Amino acid sequence: MKLLLKIWRQKDASSPGKMVDYPIDGIEGDMSFLEMLDVLNMQLIEKGDEPVVFDHDCREGICGSCSLMINGEPHGPDRLITTCQLHMRKFKDGDTIVIEPFRATAFPVIKDLMVDRSAFDRIQQAGGYISVNTSGNTVDANAIPIEKEAADDSFNAATCIGCGACVAACKNASAMLFTSAKVSQFALLPQGRVEATERVQNMVRQMDLEGFGNCTNTGACEVECPKGISLENIARMNREYLMATAKG
Amino acid sequence: MSGFATSSIARKVVMALSGLFLVLFLLLHVTINLSSVVSPDTFNTWSHFMGYNAVVQFLMQPILIAGVIVHFVMGFVLEVRNNKARAVKYVQYKGGANAPWVSRNMIISGLVILAFLGLHFYDFWVHEMTYKYLEANPEDPTRYYAETVEKFAPIWRTVIYVVSFVLLSLHLWHGFASSFQSMGVNNKYSPAIRNFTRLYAIVVPLLFIFIALYHHLNPITH
Repeated sequence: MKLLLKIWRQKDASSPGKMVDYPIDGIEGDMSFLEMLDVLNMQLIEKGDEPVVFDHDCREGICGSCSLMINGEPHGPDRLITTCQLHMRKFKDGDTIVIEPFRATAFPVIKDLMVDRSAFDRIQQAGGYISVNTSGNTVDANAIPIEKEAADDSFNAATCIGCGACVAACKNASAMLFTSAKVSQFALLPQGRVEATERVQNMVRQMDLEGFGNCTNTGACEVECPKGISLENIARMNREYLMATAKG
Repeated sequence: MSGFATSSIARKVVMALSGLFLVLFLLLHVTINLSSVVSPDTFNTWSHFMGYNAVVQFLMQPILIAGVIVHFVMGFVLEVRNNKARAVKYVQYKGGANAPWVSRNMIISGLVILAFLGLHFYDFWVHEMTYKYLEANPEDPTRYYAETVEKFAPIWRTVIYVVSFVLLSLHLWHGFASSFQSMGVNNKYSPAIRNFTRLYAIVVPLLFIFIALYHHLNPITH
């Protein structure tokens, strides 16, 4: 398969970037998108050029490291997958593929296609946990009966891998889907109710401080999320936040 | 309440509440306007009541104007903040792949509605204020029907009204249902709520279009 790649190249966070064309040949349909970029980088290194920097880690759709805006969509044209799970058979011989970093003011570019998503870490640190005494007297989590529907919803929210596709897809670069998933996974369980009020207030405050946009309910985040995180989580976070505010 | 007023969720709630208030007002407005098609006398009676009742004029009208201003100002604030949240734009962005046009372009439909409101206020509200307060004309409970029908005589005004109501329909299509999500309502009743809001988004603007076209096609013959 012969392709023309148009890739965003940016030396560092403070330098201006630009799109650079890279013709590439010999791409197999069974290759993953990241393997295709590996082939490109091998060719660049052999020519003495600097390879394209991009995020990747587990390459199994679990870690959330790989990002990339591919032809105008986060993680490319397929649904419920990460970029490492995207295969080149989705493209045709002669295609032009535009590859950009996830763009948001809160996700500054580090280099080329790699962005700094530590804003998500700070949101998580603001309240995405429960305080448990681990000194030896920890109560078994299964000792507290939990309704199956709530357990399922909590588990589904917890499948968020924090990849940032929701932010990348949203026309407003809003992080509401990510934050709401992290709020919901605890809010739905009795263990998480203890700190529910402070959690939602602190996480929303941190989300706003990071400079993410405001959700306007377009639903793009839900469509592009590789884990299918539902918009119900955003409504739940809004409820939690309003109730927390009413409590004072 | 610490931090609530400046939070992104508070802004969503303000948009939702002011939007729901305006949706309710539209229902009242279209009901009164429909009477102009059915019975000119009834339309005159209701219009006169709305124009001279102290509660309507000095309590409800200022609240309505405040609701409109809050909704539009907050809409612009959100637009500016959202633009800042992605300072560097994508070279290629397929917004249509994951969200409908109406949900992504509320600012466009909103700006058209705002421009229309300017004309609408000039046509009816400014006229009414001039008639009552500047010219200090005596009360005339029979004038409203003729004044309204006369407004729709020019084709250009009727076309502007019809196009604006189409944009209003698109705005309501996303905004009405979206307001419930912003208020935290997303449960087993949500599909029914969405269907109701979309029916409203079609029927109410269609009724406004029907009224405008009816009066354009049925002028008063002297």
